[in-house]
Amino acid sequence: MILPRLAASSLRGASPLTRAATAAASSSSRTFATSAARLANSLLFLEHKNGTINPASLVALTAASKVGGDVDGIVLGGDDVDGVVDKATKISGLKKVHFSKAKNYADNLAEPAAPLLKSIVESNNYTHVFAGHTAVGRDIFPRFSALIDSSQVSDIIAVDSEDTFQRPIYAGNAILTVKSNDKVKVVTVRGTAFDKASEEGGSAEKAEVKPADAPLETEFVEEKLNVSSRPDLATASRVVSGGRALKSGENFEKYIEPLADALNAAVGASRAAVDAGYADNALQVGQTGKIVAPELYLAIGISGAIQHLAGMKDSKTIAAINKDPDAPIFQIADLGLVADLYDAVPEMTQKLK
Amino acid sequence: MRPSLVNQLRVLVPVKRTIDYAVKIRVNSDGKGVDTNVKHAMNPFDEIAVEEAVRLREKHKDAITKITAVSAGPAKTADVLRTALAMGADDAIHVEIADNSLGGPLEPLGVSKILQAVIAKANEEEEVGLVIMGKQAIDDDASQTGQMLAAMLGWPQATFASKLEFLGKLEKGQEVKVTREVDGGLGVVKTKLPFVMTTDLRLNEPRYASLPNIMKAKKKPFKKYTLGDLGLEDAAKPRLETVNVKEPPKRQGGAKVESVDELISKLKEAGRI
Repeated sequence: MILPRLAASSLRGASPLTRAATAAASSSSRTFATSAARLANSLLFLEHKNGTINPASLVALTAASKVGGDVDGIVLGGDDVDGVVDKATKISGLKKVHFSKAKNYADNLAEPAAPLLKSIVESNNYTHVFAGHTAVGRDIFPRFSALIDSSQVSDIIAVDSEDTFQRPIYAGNAILTVKSNDKVKVVTVRGTAFDKASEEGGSAEKAEVKPADAPLETEFVEEKLNVSSRPDLATASRVVSGGRALKSGENFEKYIEPLADALNAAVGASRAAVDAGYADNALQVGQTGKIVAPELYLAIGISGAIQHLAGMKDSKTIAAINKDPDAPIFQIADLGLVADLYDAVPEMTQKLK
Repeated sequence: MRPSLVNQLRVLVPVKRTIDYAVKIRVNSDGKGVDTNVKHAMNPFDEIAVEEAVRLREKHKDAITKITAVSAGPAKTADVLRTALAMGADDAIHVEIADNSLGGPLEPLGVSKILQAVIAKANEEEEVGLVIMGKQAIDDDASQTGQMLAAMLGWPQATFASKLEFLGKLEKGQEVKVTREVDGGLGVVKTKLPFVMTTDLRLNEPRYASLPNIMKAKKKPFKKYTLGDLGLEDAAKPRLETVNVKEPPKRQGGAKVESVDELISKLKEAGRI
C-alpha cells in the first residue's frame, strides 16, 4: 500500500453534481487591471550551502530571465557569507546582488528570512520574486508571500509571459496554466524545468542590506545529511533507482549501487523501497520526494505507481528492468527489459565496467 | 465550555477533501479543469496530521483538551471532517463555501485567511496553541498553506516534519524539537508553542477509523460557518486565474528489449551511456 488509508469508505463518495459545478466554476471570467505596463523587475533568492550556490537557484534565474527586465539576487547568510556573495556577483544575468548578514540567516530559517524579503521587495518595487522549489524555497517563500498578501505560484515548469506560468498539478497528471494578477508575483521554479544560468561572466554590483527585525523563536539545532561520493540526485545526468523488488537494504547496496557507479549515476529509490528501509528517504524519487529529469533514468524493480512517475517522467530516456511484463512502468519506459533483476543487474554492471 | 488551564493545549488540524490519491485523473475536454466526479478522500498528509494530534493526546493524556478538525469547501467537505472525528478529533468546524461561489478554486492564501479567522473564533471559547496540518494537498500540490498561516498568525513554523518531541509539559512557550525532511537528509529545529507544523509522510502511519468510532463521530460537535460569519466574503476569493488545464505530453513508451546486451546497445545508440 502506497499511502495509508482509512477503512471508512462509507464516509466518502463523489457527487454527480460536482463535475457540472466545477465546469461552471472555471468558465466564469473576470477582468483585472493589467500590470503589463510596468516593466518587470525581478528578485531572485539565491540559496546556498557550504559556500556553493544551489543549482535550483540558477535554474530559477533562467525562468526569471524569461520574464524580461532586470534580475537582482539576494543572498542571506552568517558572517562568513562574503565568498558566496562574490560568487553570486559572477553569475551571468544578475544586475545587483543584495546581501544581508546575521546569525539567524545562516540556517535558512523562514522566520527571519521572510520579513527581510518583504522589506527588500517593498523598498525596491520588485514585480517578481523567484526561488527554486527546494525544501528551503518551499519553507521560506509562502511565509514571505503571505506577508506581502500575494498568492504564490509554486513549482513552475514554463513561463508564458510576465504574468502567466505553467505548473503541474495532481502529481504531474495535468498541467495548469495560471495568470497571476497580484502586484508582486511570487514564483518558485522546478529545478529540472529550465537550464541553469552560467556561474561565470557576470559582474553584478553588491549592496549590503541591514538585517530585518524578527523575533527569533525558532532555532537551528543540527543537520544530518547523507554523505555520498555519487552525483547529486536532483541534478545528476543519470539516475539508477531501485524499488520494492530489491527486498532488503543489503540487496540495494549489492545490486543498485555498483550499477550506479558503473554508469557514474546517482542512486534513487521508490517510496516503497524507502518505507521498507532499503534506502534513505533523501533518495526518494516521486511526488513526495525528489523530482528528477536526468538524461537516463533506469528503474529497477519499480512497478511505476503514479506517485513515483510524478518524480521522474520528464527524464529524457527511461529504461526499466522488471520481471512483471504488466508493470505500469513499461507503459512509459522507452526501453523495457522483462527480466529478473537479480540476474540482469549484475550482468549489466559487469558489461558496463 | 471548560475553562482552559495554563498547561493545557487545544490543537487545530486543518484537513482538505481531495480526489483520492489512487484515482487516475482525467483532464476535462473544455481545458478548464479535471473531472472531479470521482472518488474523493482526505488528503493523505492531513490524515497524518490528524493521527499526530491524536497520538499526542494518547501520550500526554489530559494535557490536550481538544482536537479540532477544520475544513473549508462545499457540503461534501463534511465527509472528511467526519473522518477526522472518527479518527479521534473532538469537534469539527466546516466553513461551507458553495461550489462556484468564489469564481475559482480556493487558493492557499485564501485558506490561510479562513484558518486565521477560524482560530480567532475558536480562541473565544478556548485558545488554540498548536496547528498541525499536511505539508501539501495532492490536488494543487502547492505546499503553501501552513507557512502562510504561520506568517499571518506571527507564529513560528516547522515544515515537512518527520518527528515531533516535546521537551517538557505542553503549555504556551514550551520548547519543542522538530525533525524536518530537508534536501539531502534531515534537519532539526527547536521552536516554541504556539506554532504551525506541517507533516511529512514519515511522521506516522495513520490509523483506520473503526466502525464504532465512525458511529460515535456522528454525535460529536460540528460547527458550520459561512465566509460571511468570518467576514471574509472577498478576502477568500482566488487571485490567480486559470487560463487552461491540459494533459501533460504523452510519453511513447512500451518498447521492449530481449536482453541486457540489447538494452546496453540501445542506450549507447541513444547516447545515454
